[in-house]
Amino acid sequence: MILVIAEQKNGTLNRASWETIAIAQQMAGGQPVKVAIPGGAVGPVAQELAAAKVAEVVRIEHEALEPYTPDGFTLALSAVIGQLAPQYVLLPHTYQTRDFVPKLAARMGRALVTDCTAFRPEGGALAFARPMFQGKLVAQVVPEGDAPHFVTFQIGAARADAVVKGDAPAAVTTVPVTVARAAIRQQPEAPFQEAKQAVDLSQAERIVAVGRGIKSQENLELARKVAAAFGAELAASRPICDAGWLPMERQIGSSGQTVAPKLYVALGISGAIQHLVGMKGSRTIVAINKDAEAPIFEVADYGIAGDLFEIAPALIAELGK
Amino acid sequence: MKIAVCIKQVPTREWQPRLNDTKTWIRDQDASYEMNEPDAYALEEGLRLKEKHGGEVVVCSAGPARAAQVLREALARGADRAIHVEDEQIGAADAFVVTEALAAAMREEQFDLVLTGLQSDDQGFAQTGVILAERLGMPHATIIMEVQAADGRLRVKRELEGGWFQWIAMSLPAVLTIQSGINQLRYATLKGIMAAKKKEIRKVAAPAGLSARQRILKLDFPEKGKKTQMIAGGPEEAARELVRRLREEARAL
Repeated sequence: MILVIAEQKNGTLNRASWETIAIAQQMAGGQPVKVAIPGGAVGPVAQELAAAKVAEVVRIEHEALEPYTPDGFTLALSAVIGQLAPQYVLLPHTYQTRDFVPKLAARMGRALVTDCTAFRPEGGALAFARPMFQGKLVAQVVPEGDAPHFVTFQIGAARADAVVKGDAPAAVTTVPVTVARAAIRQQPEAPFQEAKQAVDLSQAERIVAVGRGIKSQENLELARKVAAAFGAELAASRPICDAGWLPMERQIGSSGQTVAPKLYVALGISGAIQHLVGMKGSRTIVAINKDAEAPIFEVADYGIAGDLFEIAPALIAELGK
Repeated sequence: MKIAVCIKQVPTREWQPRLNDTKTWIRDQDASYEMNEPDAYALEEGLRLKEKHGGEVVVCSAGPARAAQVLREALARGADRAIHVEDEQIGAADAFVVTEALAAAMREEQFDLVLTGLQSDDQGFAQTGVILAERLGMPHATIIMEVQAADGRLRVKRELEGGWFQWIAMSLPAVLTIQSGINQLRYATLKGIMAAKKKEIRKVAAPAGLSARQRILKLDFPEKGKKTQMIAGGPEEAARELVRRLREEARAL
């Protein structure tokens, strides 16, 4: 049996959960797929998940699971997983997953393969593809030791609409858990946004984004001119915002905004996974980077391997014609 | 406050990967190495906490002999001493093995606070800090952007997705995984480099019989998912051709 742990917040399902269910269905090859949904009150979300063609949706409900804490989730899920005894436990590679699954896998003494993009049969077992070395290489990894094996899948590893729906809703059951509040050592406060987003990059038709290759804050002026020439909004990869060269609200990627404009021009961005997940849905992607092997070129439609300090001025001149 | 910062030595960002003969790992001898960037932010945060609250900063690394270089660098930036779990194989090990080795060396130190980077630039498991917390019996929080400490308690700002954050309180001792950009890094001064020469790096052997929970069958260069049209030529020529294709083929302008 393959068990997917879905994710919800305040009764809203994280849509990456559908992607992971789709992968579980593709992996299953005859074995049943079950979906577990942990939280304080998950009835409506469980019903929503029951639309998928799965053997069962399992509610893991306890008042101590709301709000989310890694201690609470580890206690509840280690008990339920022990009871259900799946072969694989699959999760979307979200920030929440990263926060508790290593602890859960360690507590159960089981393998955890993170941030996977694909699976394939390999000598009777399954091997999982995951990026390594900032996406410069892809590893085929096999989990070892006793089942269950925990595997997390990168956001976008499958399409949410690839989920096979059932003819009738799947059975929804509840597995009782006990979680002692006293055993939870983290006291979380309510989530908040730093400042109201002044720029909504998701609405921009064209975006010019700049990365480490720009080298200094002074050189941002050049990127601004490129953006102006394209009639585009200026955005950046994380390191530029970390350095304070551009405000955080202009950051594209898993910790910033997710965009899918008509045109995305990546200037001096190598293309770490965290950046790619925020922009790979763009219709046309242009990458300009000195390193011809940079991962950004894997998602680009048009690439120029060269010095951006030579190409950018030429591009501004050409667009001005 | 007795603070441990776990750091890893990883290939530099500029390094162009080459594979070993069996294509199961990189050619170590070709790579140049540096401190994992998120760990550098964790170190900086540890140094700032020490400056504010007193105590000591102990840098810990599990790696081959060459990893002593990043420990020395951390000492030059201001860490007080170092623990090096030295093992020639452990640089390529999984997070289960690395955390067992680190926990064995760190447990008796009874640290108040353990900091790690949120993930490494080599294998990128994003597991080490969290599993270490489990092994040391400490609470944890991940992807932290601000640390406040007072009266044996922590209040930390955890980054969520899409520009959201959340404050989390917990008691010490605790483990935090630190997000890049939490602070501005300092670099070693000449004085720091000289002082580092006198600081202790305690070498510890990795415990015997650690067993990995995952194995790399094969490493590959990524396949190009899309058919990328590479545009050659000098800057003017390439710019002209790109703009033409964006106008005529992609209709993106």
